Amino acid sequence: MTNTDSNKKTIKKVLLLGSGALKIGEAGEFDYSGSQALKALREEGINTILINPNIATVQTSDGFADKIYFLPVTPYFVEKIIEKERPDGIMLAFGGQTALNCGVALYENGVLNRYNVEVLGTPVRAIMDTEDRELFVKKLDEIDIKTIKSEAVDNVKDALRVANTLGYPVIVRAAYALGGLGSGFCDNDEQLVSLTEKALSFSPQVLVEKSLKGWKEVEYEVVRDRFDNCITVCNMENFDPLGIHTGESIVVAPSQTLSNDDYHYLRALAIKIIRHIGIVGECNVQYAFDPASMDYRVIEVNARLSRSSALASKATGYPLAFVAAKLGLGYGLFDLKNSVTRSTSAFFEPALDYLVVKIPRWDLGKFHGVNREIGSSMKSVGEVMAIGRTFEEAIQKGLRMIGQGMHGFVGNKDFKTDDIDHALADPTDKRIFVIAKAMQNGYDVERIHQLTKIDRWFLYKLQNIINTSVELAGYDDLQALPAELIRTAKQQGFSDFQIGRAVLKEKMTDSEKTTLDVRAIRKQSGIVPVVKQIDTLAAEYPAQTNYLYLTYNGSQNDVEYLHDHRSIVVLGSGAYRIGSSVEFDWCSVNALMTVKREGWRSVMINYNPETVSTDYDMCDRLYFDELTFERVMDILDLEQPHGTILSVGGQIPNNLATRLDAEGINILGTSATSIDNAEDRHKFSAMLDRLHIDQPRWRELTSVEAIQEFIDEVGFPVLVRPSYVLSGAAMNVCSNDEELVRFLRLAANVSKQHPVVVTEFIQNAKEIEMDAVAQNGEIKAYAISEHIEYAGVHSGDATIQFPPQKLYVETMRRIKKVSSQIAKALNISGPFNIQYLAKNNDIKVIECNLRASRSFPFVSKVLKINFIDLATRIMLGIPVEKPHKNAFDLDYVGIKASQFSFSRLQGADPVLGVDMSSTGEVGCIGTDTSDAVLKSMLAVGLRVPEKAILLSTGSPKQKADMLDAAHMLHNKGYKIYATGGTHQFLNDNGIPAIRVYWPSQPDMQPQALDLLHRKEIDLVVNIPKNLSSTELSNGYKIRRSAIDLNIPLLTNARLASAFILAFTTIPLDDIEIKSWNEY
Amino acid sequence: MVFTNDSVDLLTYHAKTKYYRMRETKRAVLILEDGTTFEGKSFGYEASTSGEVVFNTAMTGYPESLTDPSYEGQILVTTFPLLGNYGVPPSDANPIMSEYLEDAHIHCKAIIAQDYSWEHSHWLAKRSLADWLKSEKIPGIYDIDTRALTKHLREKGSMLGKITIEGCGDVDFYDPNLDNLVDKTSTEGITLYDLAPDGSFITTPINIENPVLPNSEKKTVVLVDCGVKHNIIRCLTRRGVRVVRVPWNYDFSQIDYDGLFISNGPGNPDYATETVEHLRRALNEDRPICGICMGNQLLAKAAGAKTYKLKYGHRSHNQPVRQAGTNTCFITSQNHGFAVDSTTLPAEWEPLFINMNDGTNEGIRHKTKPFFSAQFHPEASSGPKDTEFLFDTFISML
Repeated sequence: MTNTDSNKKTIKKVLLLGSGALKIGEAGEFDYSGSQALKALREEGINTILINPNIATVQTSDGFADKIYFLPVTPYFVEKIIEKERPDGIMLAFGGQTALNCGVALYENGVLNRYNVEVLGTPVRAIMDTEDRELFVKKLDEIDIKTIKSEAVDNVKDALRVANTLGYPVIVRAAYALGGLGSGFCDNDEQLVSLTEKALSFSPQVLVEKSLKGWKEVEYEVVRDRFDNCITVCNMENFDPLGIHTGESIVVAPSQTLSNDDYHYLRALAIKIIRHIGIVGECNVQYAFDPASMDYRVIEVNARLSRSSALASKATGYPLAFVAAKLGLGYGLFDLKNSVTRSTSAFFEPALDYLVVKIPRWDLGKFHGVNREIGSSMKSVGEVMAIGRTFEEAIQKGLRMIGQGMHGFVGNKDFKTDDIDHALADPTDKRIFVIAKAMQNGYDVERIHQLTKIDRWFLYKLQNIINTSVELAGYDDLQALPAELIRTAKQQGFSDFQIGRAVLKEKMTDSEKTTLDVRAIRKQSGIVPVVKQIDTLAAEYPAQTNYLYLTYNGSQNDVEYLHDHRSIVVLGSGAYRIGSSVEFDWCSVNALMTVKREGWRSVMINYNPETVSTDYDMCDRLYFDELTFERVMDILDLEQPHGTILSVGGQIPNNLATRLDAEGINILGTSATSIDNAEDRHKFSAMLDRLHIDQPRWRELTSVEAIQEFIDEVGFPVLVRPSYVLSGAAMNVCSNDEELVRFLRLAANVSKQHPVVVTEFIQNAKEIEMDAVAQNGEIKAYAISEHIEYAGVHSGDATIQFPPQKLYVETMRRIKKVSSQIAKALNISGPFNIQYLAKNNDIKVIECNLRASRSFPFVSKVLKINFIDLATRIMLGIPVEKPHKNAFDLDYVGIKASQFSFSRLQGADPVLGVDMSSTGEVGCIGTDTSDAVLKSMLAVGLRVPEKAILLSTGSPKQKADMLDAAHMLHNKGYKIYATGGTHQFLNDNGIPAIRVYWPSQPDMQPQALDLLHRKEIDLVVNIPKNLSSTELSNGYKIRRSAIDLNIPLLTNARLASAFILAFTTIPLDDIEIKSWNEY
Repeated sequence: MVFTNDSVDLLTYHAKTKYYRMRETKRAVLILEDGTTFEGKSFGYEASTSGEVVFNTAMTGYPESLTDPSYEGQILVTTFPLLGNYGVPPSDANPIMSEYLEDAHIHCKAIIAQDYSWEHSHWLAKRSLADWLKSEKIPGIYDIDTRALTKHLREKGSMLGKITIEGCGDVDFYDPNLDNLVDKTSTEGITLYDLAPDGSFITTPINIENPVLPNSEKKTVVLVDCGVKHNIIRCLTRRGVRVVRVPWNYDFSQIDYDGLFISNGPGNPDYATETVEHLRRALNEDRPICGICMGNQLLAKAAGAKTYKLKYGHRSHNQPVRQAGTNTCFITSQNHGFAVDSTTLPAEWEPLFINMNDGTNEGIRHKTKPFFSAQFHPEASSGPKDTEFLFDTFISML
């Protein structure tokens, strides 16, 4: 890279703000953008400091930043770090809204000025212009760009005037009315008068706003350098029309229904906007676009890297974050090279010769009480990107990638919809499948368009898929299928499974066999996918990178396969979801780096656009494609690798072990048979019995009577896991007959076909994690960590401490011994994780996974031994030494804490249970437990309370557990409010508290909810006693209000105690500000 | 997983919908002059055809491209795999000056894509691409690996090709570069274009023997039509001048004009010797001259520079150019197979723009006189309009 301009800034040390824990609306995309920015800075020889408490990210790994602080991204901590590090520059655009807000606060309170820290890239003033709605509208008014405006009126006459200026249709919203009461759409004066009169009868004011219902939603990713050179890297069109948050929409890139004039009209406006606002770097512009004219409104401008920009980077191969970082340093676009061709300029706009479809992944089923309708706020927890050369191919791929048991647009398990029209008009997370159902029920494109306002073009394409499935269903013998029909189906993205099911219908009893049959038949006819490269220039110039996808719409491979057996294929983790997210990306990336370092060709398969593993410079070949058995086999057929690694990408690759093994694939590391022996509950249990290793008693049962009998033996509570879930969460703890019966009746279906696993639930037991790496059955490295919470909180939601501080040496020794026995019995080579229960010194094995676990990056970073590197070398057959260091040598503590996104999930009960509900995590290091707990709790968004705390501390045992904490609060001078039982308990123990009343006692004062609404309480500790319905409903209202009012909430006695202990004993000022390498 | 009731749905489906079988399409084969073949299906007019095969990497703009006279004699391969999504805008309101297209009829010999959208959706669309191609008797084929085809053209260079459609017989290869395509696509008479106050076009035929223009307060630009795209006329008239469109070989010195504009056009600039001759005389004067694409090449030739054929040309919406000696860069729309050799420019001329990908010439200017030209298309259509200000530059010189 050459710098042609002498004015380039002389920056030596740069502070980069990360985005913290993954949460809904702010997820893995910022690991990707931050990592790219750090790469760009490193290349310039700039000293980099990263603040990000998200320990599972790739950016917080060795080799990305010079110094890493696992501390909260808040003005307080960032100022401390600036004071200590004295950077010349700060980058705010790479850590999402968290970093941007923090940066604006530091600018406004004068910290940046005081320490002479320059904001690199877009100036803060410009950021504020885009963040403040009023400033934003004013700014765009200056250049006659239309934004969405509303006007408040208090009489019908003014409403008429406004409506006629805006043009019908308009939407009338009653101000200060909950739940949209009195709001509605008006197409003419008459309707407006009638609606406004009504609305004004119960609200003093109404807002009249132009209705853009049914308008298209289109986005542009725009880049500008300080020389005013601008490009739009990508545009995207939402499949779902306006009204559904872009994070909740299916999105296609490039736009498909815009003409050349439409496309370039909006493109030119985007450039005009970015110039006027003064962005230096990257931003995105979102438009509402009239489907019947060229009228538009700007919805918003994000003056930073975003989810969309990560998607645009992956969709085009244009490294937006990398380029934005360079522009922030003062480069011009003309200074930079296209990183794919490495010969042409970075000042260009990618030409795609494929299209991509992004589909959100929701996990709404994990939450109690959540509203499933999708709309203007984001609820999805992850997304996938599918690449194809027809829309049908891409969307069917994408629907499989989502990983919720769907096989594509058709061929899925039927689901109940009472009212298709309603389900089309009021979309939920299942809408796309409602469209399939509607089409199968004879709805035509026009009718679906009228109900959904989805552009007819998309619906025609979906109709094509239905037509082909009907065509396939006209046959009932696979052998009779014409090759041309199979080819057409494959070109439209049908999987072998879909073809098999369409043809065989109910005769398909063994789907795995049928799938293999279809595969064999099509291969006989030469129907195999081809590999294509993403090269940013649609083949105009040769690409130097191997960013690849597979398609049936083509006849030639872009890659010449040498079949030298030098490839090692690593299977990635797929869409981020609750239970599997950035931690597996860290594992995948580290495996790739080791593979490469050891001289093998590193090959990645993954399809998650929010990841670093899908960055084409992280490996030698990236297949951005499905992780289904079929597609993995297609790729392995082409690659003919030396071996395949399944153990670093979480459960998706792990689940393929047996089938890949049956096809003779060389699975590196632990054998498929061993994986099966650990995954299969019966086999694993039998093995433990053989080894005389204790486990909680469990049984798989097929009738309610059998369940009762088993409970008579083990006693309540029990953990109940149905194999077929009707609704709600997949497992539950039942404490008494009433709960058991309710759960079995409402949620589960017990029968011979759908057995239920019932396990004894041991109360007040510690939960312990063993993360380890073994070679040929011998443990080479291990990390034992303990949960702060007692067992019963899902290990993904629990707060984890490493090294353990409160475990008996005897317990540790037993865990080590049992783990060694299991490693030997399963002849483990590679990563694995075992979860234990410990009570006194008895330990029981709960679960064993022969793959990397969620806590691998955490323990690797705290211990400073890279477990994945070690495991990968083992899988490559390289002899490894046991590291000399172990957890006993550490004179500091790591705490991994969970991030919850309940505020995004309207209605969801923010209570923790046996099913996981956190969306992310942080990991902080401290000199002792309290120091680390405090940092980690602040990093997941809790605040140290200033005045008052509301306690409802659950059962007598839990109340007793929290007594010490209550004393400390009192001694610190906090005002304590408490509900009935807790109030009594505190008084009995000499702690003054003010009694407050539950929502179910509306006549009594003071009401807990009133205090919350008046913000007189700044921490709520609410511990549910049991699952009884009144308890749940009373507690629910308090918990939910705390979330909705943004008041910190804790629902676990042990975690609450730990947090209270921490903030009552450590003043904020005493928190250690140390970087990772200082420990 | 349990199979439930797709079969029930199927019955309902049959009962409720007009169920149709897979579309019947004729097989079509593209044969390149080096013997390489690509097999696909026909969606346009069913007749075999031949021409020079070129690729364009634009992702939108097929109606504009098809009617762009610069594609005369060429078979257009669109690298974006989907084609026809938004149909075709109305084309016949005014045959002399189309509203949405670049000429009254299609100039490409055929169009090739990966996937054709049989159904289209756009408020402006009046018909499908297939219907339009059929009415214009232009073949269209799909289900071709256009990426493999493009890579082939990139490696081997643009080459001749023919499309044979099942049951439509064979044709010979045709090399459009051996024809004077400028002559083929230029106008025959002289037309005066002006904008009425309401924005509508007024077109007036002018006697070619005695080219007297009606009086007007507007400045007059002579547009030498080497195969002009209509948007050049729109861009000029919109800026308050009237345009006199003359044939490529017409001696425009007979007209009283304020500025001279040389249009784009197809093929090899070597055929337009008469235009170059006329231009050479104009260079001796001081009236402003501007050229686009072919206009750039003819102006360079008139100045004394040489042109050459590029291996596979520039046809896209994303060509980066840098204004020589500045930090100012533009994304441009391009469509050309020939280029000016900057090293042959005489001393009083200099490069104005340079392609940032391959360093080829993207425009020239005279060091002292108001003469300049661009190899790319400031009028876009299709493509980005970031350089449309060049029309303002030209108008300001008048």
